Amino acid sequence: MAVTESRIDPEKVVIAVKRNHRWSGYSQLLLARLRELQREPEVVFWVFVFPLLLALGLGIAFRNKPADVTAVAVVANANADKIVEMLHRQRPSMKVQVLGNDAAKQGFRLGKYDLVVEPGGDGSVQYDYDPARTESVLAREQVDDALQAASGRKDVLPNKSVASSEPGSRYIDFLIPGLLGMNLMNSGMWGIGFALVDMRQRKLLKRFVATPMRRSDFLMALTSSRLILMVVEVGLLLAFGVLFFHVRVLGSVLSILLLGAIGAVSFGGIGLLTASRAQKIESVSGLINVVMMPMWIFSGVFFSYERFPAAIHPLIQLLPLTALNDAFRATILQGQSLEAQWSRLLVLTVWGGVSFLLALRWFRWT
Amino acid sequence: MSVAIVCRDLRKTYDGKVEAVRGVNLEISAGECFGLLGPNGAGKTTTIEILEGLLAPTSGQVRILDQAWSTHPRELREQLGVSLQETRLSEKLTVRETIKLFASFYTQPRPAEEVIEELQLTEKAGSMVGKLSGGQRQRLAVATALVGNPKILFLDEPTTGLDPQSRRQLWDLIRGFQKRGGTVLLTTHYMDEAEKLCDRLAIVDHGQVIAEGTPSELIERLGGHHVLEFAVSGNVDGAGLAVWKSLPGVEALRENGDVFSLTVREPHLTIPPLLEAVEKQNRQLLQLTTRQASLEDVFVNLTGRHLREE
Repeated sequence: MAVTESRIDPEKVVIAVKRNHRWSGYSQLLLARLRELQREPEVVFWVFVFPLLLALGLGIAFRNKPADVTAVAVVANANADKIVEMLHRQRPSMKVQVLGNDAAKQGFRLGKYDLVVEPGGDGSVQYDYDPARTESVLAREQVDDALQAASGRKDVLPNKSVASSEPGSRYIDFLIPGLLGMNLMNSGMWGIGFALVDMRQRKLLKRFVATPMRRSDFLMALTSSRLILMVVEVGLLLAFGVLFFHVRVLGSVLSILLLGAIGAVSFGGIGLLTASRAQKIESVSGLINVVMMPMWIFSGVFFSYERFPAAIHPLIQLLPLTALNDAFRATILQGQSLEAQWSRLLVLTVWGGVSFLLALRWFRWT
Repeated sequence: MSVAIVCRDLRKTYDGKVEAVRGVNLEISAGECFGLLGPNGAGKTTTIEILEGLLAPTSGQVRILDQAWSTHPRELREQLGVSLQETRLSEKLTVRETIKLFASFYTQPRPAEEVIEELQLTEKAGSMVGKLSGGQRQRLAVATALVGNPKILFLDEPTTGLDPQSRRQLWDLIRGFQKRGGTVLLTTHYMDEAEKLCDRLAIVDHGQVIAEGTPSELIERLGGHHVLEFAVSGNVDGAGLAVWKSLPGVEALRENGDVFSLTVREPHLTIPPLLEAVEKQNRQLLQLTTRQASLEDVFVNLTGRHLREE
């Protein structure tokens, strides 16, 4: 088996020699990265499909539904029937059950009933309720209101109630911007951090630096691929929210994408820092989870961080994901301009910038 | 002839204690195929990676094509082709995409199709790297090194784990590159590879060059070109060994379990007296073979160990 000998023919050389331009390395690296991502079905699932499924599942589970029917136990005695009759008249939808004293208390303890009503012999009533249970407090108010009205109370203030369930105030409206932020964090950390350590472990980084490849081109190509993916990620999830859950987007598409870009680059920088030394994908996986865990909990993805003690709110607001989620919510749900949110953008920029600079100092190519 | 690679008193100490390379001197001429031969862990990879500019030496000088890594890193990378030990290229790219990617890093690469054809990867050009056989992957690794049109090719264990046919294919490729004027530096722990492929060799052990020369020079230095290997019945004591060692034409005696080997100049002068001596000792000859001395014998003679300890 002979090796093809390529003799140098001077005429051919002129045609064959093609000089690469300054950006050919960058564009081939970007192309390679996008091809790899597109050919990896897991990536397509976790980056694009999974957030949609999450939004769908949570959106349906926590959709706005009529308030739960109040269930009340009335302790059986001489006046019980009269109480039941008054409640039926005033609140036909209320579930009322007449039970013995023990059975009523037992049912209340198990959460089967929201309130126990004990009619007194003199026409008075006693309410047994749990002040820590919202539905119990509500039941006490409803039952008392019904009984007072049935007993002849006159309302002196004329009033009118109008029901309102507008888009913008529902759980899904809260959720979608949070998922956008969390998704950008996930894919920034995994798409940059994990990918880099994987390449280091496979000695591909070392192989690349053995060529004249510019290291800055490599990092730029990685960042560019993140930005391209970001547009698709944000676009898909937002379109899904609008079409499926009728989420109203008040901010401009441009400011949402700009915010997405700042978020993607910032988390890319944090991902780069996380990956700067690790030699094995197992160790970087652990690191990535350690970095992301506090933000999953505190940064208000699935529920508002207002539920944490107010004393730690300033700390929570310094986390990059909190800044990104708050900014997404303000932009999408309230149409706030980016200029008005400079402090959130500053938090993101400082996190991303400082991480990037540290990563460049510590990064191990071989 | 101009010098392509030169290094002086190269040393590399990891974490301040493990001395991987302990004072290596090499001078490799342009157009030469030079081999670093030694067992695993001898410091071959550390040495070649320092020369490739991927590792900084703890001390010592390196000049490649009369330039230093510290002053001309980019110029040097343009002129070198490197194949590392076990790089796993992206499995989700095709052969052609991979070669084009590597070509894009060089100012004046060779056309990808030409390299694909030269490395006999035409049929696989559109296949994913993940679907290639071991031999095809190794050829692709060499292709990514050749596409930059290098002057020097560095190959770290290029044929480890390959079947005989794939190894020969790679040898042909390396020879073809050398024929076009290229310089090759390779590491190997296969003595046959070193013997067939390399113009000159350095035998490396424990981070030092313990012998250097052409393969035939190294074998010549053993003193004999032939090896007699034999086994006998009964226990052999020091006196028995002394008798064999003093037989005519014997340069060296080695014991390897039950088998004894004599390095000799001319087997026909040594075999009759050997048979006589064995008979005098009232022993039976259980086995007798004679063969040409190889680099393996050189290594065993120098270190008392085999290249590949099983």
